Amino acid sequence: MHSRFVAEAAQSPLLPKPAELIVGAIAFGLLFLVLRKFVTPMFEKAFAARTEAIQGGIEKAERAQLEAARALESYTAQLADARGEAAKIREEARVQGAAIIEDLRAQAQEEAARISAAAHSSIEAEREKAISSLRAEVGTLAVDLASKIVGEALEDQVRQSRIVDRFLEDLEKSK
Amino acid sequence: MFVSAVPGPGFVPPSTNDFNLPPVFGNSAFTTKPILLVFLSVILISIFFIAAARKAAIVPGKLQFVGESVYAFVRKDLAEEIIGHGFLQFVPFLFTLFTFVLVNNIFGIIPFLQFPAMSHVAFPYVLAGFSYFIFHTIGIKKQGLGKYLKGIAFLPGVPKFAYILLTPIEIATYFLIRPVTLSLRLFANMFAGHLLLLVFIGGGNYMLHDNHLFMKILSPFSFGFGIAMTFFEFMVQCLQAYIITLLSALFIAGALVDEH
Repeated sequence: MHSRFVAEAAQSPLLPKPAELIVGAIAFGLLFLVLRKFVTPMFEKAFAARTEAIQGGIEKAERAQLEAARALESYTAQLADARGEAAKIREEARVQGAAIIEDLRAQAQEEAARISAAAHSSIEAEREKAISSLRAEVGTLAVDLASKIVGEALEDQVRQSRIVDRFLEDLEKSK
Repeated sequence: MFVSAVPGPGFVPPSTNDFNLPPVFGNSAFTTKPILLVFLSVILISIFFIAAARKAAIVPGKLQFVGESVYAFVRKDLAEEIIGHGFLQFVPFLFTLFTFVLVNNIFGIIPFLQFPAMSHVAFPYVLAGFSYFIFHTIGIKKQGLGKYLKGIAFLPGVPKFAYILLTPIEIATYFLIRPVTLSLRLFANMFAGHLLLLVFIGGGNYMLHDNHLFMKILSPFSFGFGIAMTFFEFMVQCLQAYIITLLSALFIAGALVDEH
């Protein structure tokens, strides 16, 4: 063994030993086959699965984001609608209120006009009635007076005054 | 250095002999330390990565994460960036190359193992041979033998007279220099690194056992430097594993493109 060791010592370090060439080739080839069969496909599988998962996740997130954006949009639209609605209702109420006030005012005016017209007409009727009754009274009185004057044949002052007194007395009484 | 200033009769500086280890057991050329270490590395790498890749979970555990990180490094930073389109079929080779060299290199500083198999030139030769075989095969397959050889020998877009110079250079580059640069760079780095560690650790050991108190006192410096060099070696070991994989990827990429 020692002699072999010495013999080897003389060999240049650049000259390969045949045993090591063989072992190196076998070992490397073996390792290559093992890694190619059991290791690299598994890592590739993991990478592919991961890429897919990440991509899927991204897609999912994108979808969710899109959905959220759409929801936000619809809510905003709804809110705007509601605001518009409220404004419309307010406007309507204002208009209605104004109309009601206007109506009431018109009604009141009408009522007032009606009342004053009625008063006018009743006064007029009263006046008319008074005038006609006065006219009838005056006529009757005039006729009475005339007939009395004609019937009694007034001769003297006393009689005359007596007739007038009696007429007035009658007039007083008839009242 | 003190070692040379005081010519201790006992100190034998480390030499290439220190790389020729006797068989660990038996008397066979197949039971030496580097060969056993290479087999150990194959077993360890296989077990580790099979365990790491077994579940192939979307959310990786710690083990899978570590394994995946190494794989992703080779796949993305080496294969995809350099080879580009169609890189995926070369990933297993590059991945094997990287892990194999890395683990065997790191064995050089792991206590009790402490020997980089790649400092035995046969292993880098084998690796360079695989790489050489693969990139030439790809080139021939992709472009056809004639076109591939023509592309190497006669660079397109070069004036005719330049071929006198360029053709021999290009042929030598592709068929001689590339495998040599691949293998010898790795070999020399591991060889020199191991030698360096032997010098400082061995020197420290010698100084510690020297009769002079002065030498004993100074021996920690040698050990300290040995430890510092160990960290430096770790860096070199990782770097060399990266470089041989990087160069192989570059050669494959070069064989894949029509005009280089």
